Amino acid sequence: MAERLSKGGLLIDRDQPTTFTFNGDALQGYEGDTVASALLANDRMLVGRSFKYHRPRGIMASGAEEPNALLGIGEGARFEPNQRATTTELHDGMVTQSQNHWPSLETDVGALNAWVADKLPVLSAGFYYKTFLFPRVAWKHIYEPFIRKAAGLGKAPVEKDPDSYEHFHWHCDVLIAGGGIAGIAAARKAADEGKRVLLVEQTAHWGGRALVDGDQIDGQSGPEWVAAQIAALEAMPNVTLRTRAMAAGLYDHGYALVYERVSDHRPGLTGAPRHRLWRVRTGQTIVATGAIERPLTFANNDMPGVMLASAARDYATLYGVLPGRKVIVYANNDDAYRTALTLHQDGAKIVAILDIRAQAAGDLPQQAREAGILVRTSTGIAKAIGGKRVDEVQIGTIQGEKMTGREEYLSCDLVCVSGGWSPVVHLWSHCGGKLTWDDTSAMFRPDDSRPPTGSDGQAMTKCVGAANGVLHTTEILPDSMVRAPTEDVLQPHWFTPSRGKYAHGTKHFVDFQNDVTAADVRLAAREGYESVEHTKRYTTLGMATDQGKTSNINGLALLAGALEKQIPEVGTTTFRPPYTPISMGAITGSAKGPLFKAVRQTPMHGWHDANGADWEPVGDWYRPFCYRRAGEDRHAAVNREVVNARRNVGLLDASTLGKIVVKGPDAGKFLDLLYTNMMSTLKQGRCRYGLMCTENGFLFDDGVVVRTGPEEFLCHTTSGGSDRVHAWMEEWLQTEWWDLKVATVNVTDQWAQVAVAGPNARKVLEDAVCDVALDKGAVKFMDYVEGTLAGCPVRIFRISFSGELSYEIATPAGYGMALWDALRVAGEPHGIMPYGTEALHIMRAEKGFIMIGDETAGTVTPQDLGLFFAISKKKTDYIGKRAQERSDLVRTGRKQLVGLMAEDPQMVLPDGAHAVKRRREHVAMTTIGHVTSTYYSPTLGHSIAMGLVENGLSRRSEWIDFSTGLGEFMRAQIVDPVFYDQAGEKQNV
Amino acid sequence: MSEAARPVAPLRAPVADEPVYAPEPLIGIEPTDVYGMITLRGDLGSEALEAAVDEAVGLKVPAALSVVSDGDARVVWMSPDELLLFTDYSEADAAVARISEQMGVAHHMALNVSDARAVIRLRGARVGEVLSKGAPCDCSDHGFSVGTARRTHMAGLAVAFWRLEPDVWEIVALRSYAHHLLAWLEQAAQPGSEVFA
Repeated sequence: MAERLSKGGLLIDRDQPTTFTFNGDALQGYEGDTVASALLANDRMLVGRSFKYHRPRGIMASGAEEPNALLGIGEGARFEPNQRATTTELHDGMVTQSQNHWPSLETDVGALNAWVADKLPVLSAGFYYKTFLFPRVAWKHIYEPFIRKAAGLGKAPVEKDPDSYEHFHWHCDVLIAGGGIAGIAAARKAADEGKRVLLVEQTAHWGGRALVDGDQIDGQSGPEWVAAQIAALEAMPNVTLRTRAMAAGLYDHGYALVYERVSDHRPGLTGAPRHRLWRVRTGQTIVATGAIERPLTFANNDMPGVMLASAARDYATLYGVLPGRKVIVYANNDDAYRTALTLHQDGAKIVAILDIRAQAAGDLPQQAREAGILVRTSTGIAKAIGGKRVDEVQIGTIQGEKMTGREEYLSCDLVCVSGGWSPVVHLWSHCGGKLTWDDTSAMFRPDDSRPPTGSDGQAMTKCVGAANGVLHTTEILPDSMVRAPTEDVLQPHWFTPSRGKYAHGTKHFVDFQNDVTAADVRLAAREGYESVEHTKRYTTLGMATDQGKTSNINGLALLAGALEKQIPEVGTTTFRPPYTPISMGAITGSAKGPLFKAVRQTPMHGWHDANGADWEPVGDWYRPFCYRRAGEDRHAAVNREVVNARRNVGLLDASTLGKIVVKGPDAGKFLDLLYTNMMSTLKQGRCRYGLMCTENGFLFDDGVVVRTGPEEFLCHTTSGGSDRVHAWMEEWLQTEWWDLKVATVNVTDQWAQVAVAGPNARKVLEDAVCDVALDKGAVKFMDYVEGTLAGCPVRIFRISFSGELSYEIATPAGYGMALWDALRVAGEPHGIMPYGTEALHIMRAEKGFIMIGDETAGTVTPQDLGLFFAISKKKTDYIGKRAQERSDLVRTGRKQLVGLMAEDPQMVLPDGAHAVKRRREHVAMTTIGHVTSTYYSPTLGHSIAMGLVENGLSRRSEWIDFSTGLGEFMRAQIVDPVFYDQAGEKQNV
Repeated sequence: MSEAARPVAPLRAPVADEPVYAPEPLIGIEPTDVYGMITLRGDLGSEALEAAVDEAVGLKVPAALSVVSDGDARVVWMSPDELLLFTDYSEADAAVARISEQMGVAHHMALNVSDARAVIRLRGARVGEVLSKGAPCDCSDHGFSVGTARRTHMAGLAVAFWRLEPDVWEIVALRSYAHHLLAWLEQAAQPGSEVFA
């Protein structure tokens, strides 16, 4: 059994006991424990069920590579599934639960999968692709629901995440990933050279294997050396040290992401973010991420109680936990003997060390023998025997690919396995570093001759220590500094043969998290999956949340064997960031809740909000769709606002309108090139409506241009278009027409703008006290004047988007609220009411004015919209002119703007409805156009619409059908798009 | 004739979702009252422009990525052909006129944009740390010495900020986004969220 030792445990604080629960049972651990070490201390060896076969699984590793021990951690809003017990720090009151079983961890019905799989060829490699193809209909109704129910470990949290997250940008000369011996040594070197260093370590403590493996450095023990080095680094101003910070990904240009778990171990800590994502820009990256021990592939190697050899001694040394009392060590290398020696010292009985190699004569095997431990060479485990925990192993003599010798059984409760080490080359590989196969150590290691390169073509990354395939301290640090045993080379070993039904590898697990066996990999090879990338997807090898940290090399070695190829010929799969899963919250950072997206507010936003504004987003802005009064729905409010503006006067916050000042001796020339119509001839103090097209001839923005000075124009854009139009202007000025003397400034935010529209508009302005004469003769339609209104400095444009007598009044934004209030008060006797965007839209539609984004959709020309008055025939050029002469844009049959009157005037045509050439039932119909704007007009008492219809300009009075649903149609007549005041008299009063 | 209305600074105007200040934020966050601001575009290397800036606010043209200041007056480098000048709100129009007079026929644009942006003054030793939660540029003492100015982005916004004294910075954003910037700063400066002890 596993238990806590009475002493020892470098990382735990025995004075700080903590209580936690596992599947409802109250258990005890210590501050400094991981969930895994605390579970082992309570002899909880069985911690979950496997993904496909629901086989009992236990803790296998002690770090990020753990494939089995995935738990649901926390409760309520802080519940999170699939957390690795081995990397989750224990805290008092923690709630943990196992996953993937029903009704309980001990008794799991899903384990029948394994029984069925034994009898029938289901759930093997590629079974999804084979099994579910027939009959076709069964996929939707039987297979898919079943798979969806079965798929996925853990449950998704259901409550909103209460925690905060943030990003942090950091610049340094050298980023060092990994705080073990090699990382610390690299940090010291770089720091001593005066470089700005960021050293990050994914766990909560420094030192890596230096704490455990017993090597002496510089006359100190491993832990002493680590403490001294970290203290020295902490004292240096050019060094930043971070624990609980994992380098998750490395990208081009020295951009790296570091995932810092700030308060996972102190949940709910006030003010602290839960996770912080460091967005690092570094000159060099040094990868000191160590190596991961590989399990050995033998029958039932997934049974609880089978553990990586390094993990077993980690638990003993770091946490004072003995994971078993009767121990078998099974290995192909010397390093695993350290585990036997450590556990032996801590009081466990080492039943035997089984070594695949014919000879074990290094320092460590010698020490083991001297300690009285039985070492058996050329020996392997034929199978593990037990249920929810290993009870014994059947062993035999390994002769090539056969298990020979008599059937022999050894009783045990822990099997420590080691198949060698795989350097953690992920960061190196993320940004293009290549690997080379090292035959001696049986590992892929970084190929120094093909590193990831920076913008200068030089290596931007280097691997050091175990990440570089240098496993021994004596080779990482200067030899003279280190006292450590000499180790013999390992013997690569990818599959331990077995007997009987276990001989085929159907219980030799390779990928523990996705339940992929040696038999699955071989099946894939037999079926022609020669590429490792294809085999990966066919078998799901390495596709689980651990991304095959313990399984990829074993799997591809088996694949190479089955294909009779060399391992380097098969190659590895691609390493992609992040190294281990990071939270979505960390990626999101602060962009959630009210900070999710910036919303632009006008200076009058607060007033609108307090006065019934029903908001709608327009570009980045929020604008009132309408102002609802008590008891009013949207429709009623909109109708009231339209009728009032037409009868009395309305007030609109038009501050969102884009405003760009264009100035310079060549400003007129520039605008003539940008707009389809002539702007250079505009007289000072006058306004002109203009259209802008893309170089493809399609309309993309419109607005009123005002000449504010001899060399100065103010260009209004759509509310959503100001940034785009300004960038468009700058692009042309900076790349093509750099010889023009023109400067532009986007002044959208400088001005608040208010439209006063309706028959009483002039009276309102006069009553608000204006120092400019506003009578018809003084300020004509499309005139512009400057002055003071209600004490605010203003620019008054007599322009109209409603067809009514209308003034748009701009004032510096700081005066916006004062102007709005003054106009509202002055307008009271004249029946003034604010109106929103929907009333604005209805009034413009009644007048047949187009709206960018409704009547245009990126493929509509001004000619399609009949806007010939705004397309200059005199100009030799403007952006889009040449394109508009292309055959497709001048052909007949293009869709053109029309007005539409529904047959039933009380019915509103659905927006976007398609006009059909001929009514048909049950077959696809040819469409000849669609509705672009559609409203109920309270002014006219019937519905109105605009649409784009093939040859629309020449089809006046025709009736056409609109499909409004399956077999349903609405008839409408093509009419003039100007529904109201066709003579345009109202705006000229 | 009605009485002259008074301009209101962006973050003093009544806006919805008025942010609530964190109890003891890591840095001082102080939205300023109205400022006179002038956008000046032109040839920053020309003598005419140098003289115009001097005439307008009594300061030199700053080098790229930097700010010069004296009292409330500042000149911030915004791009290779654009400066942002700070003066009193009531002085802005007159300063624009002085610039145009000084520039004469030399091509330029000087505009009073005093109402287009919000200015927030940030105080304390942790300003760079807080800004680094959003801005990609190096805001550490190493990368952002006193006198540095950057136009960059943070909180999903285009912003500019500069460092006037070791513990005094200013940040500007367009007026319509200012409430969002303020709310973002409030959260980034939440006590307990220190990056460095």
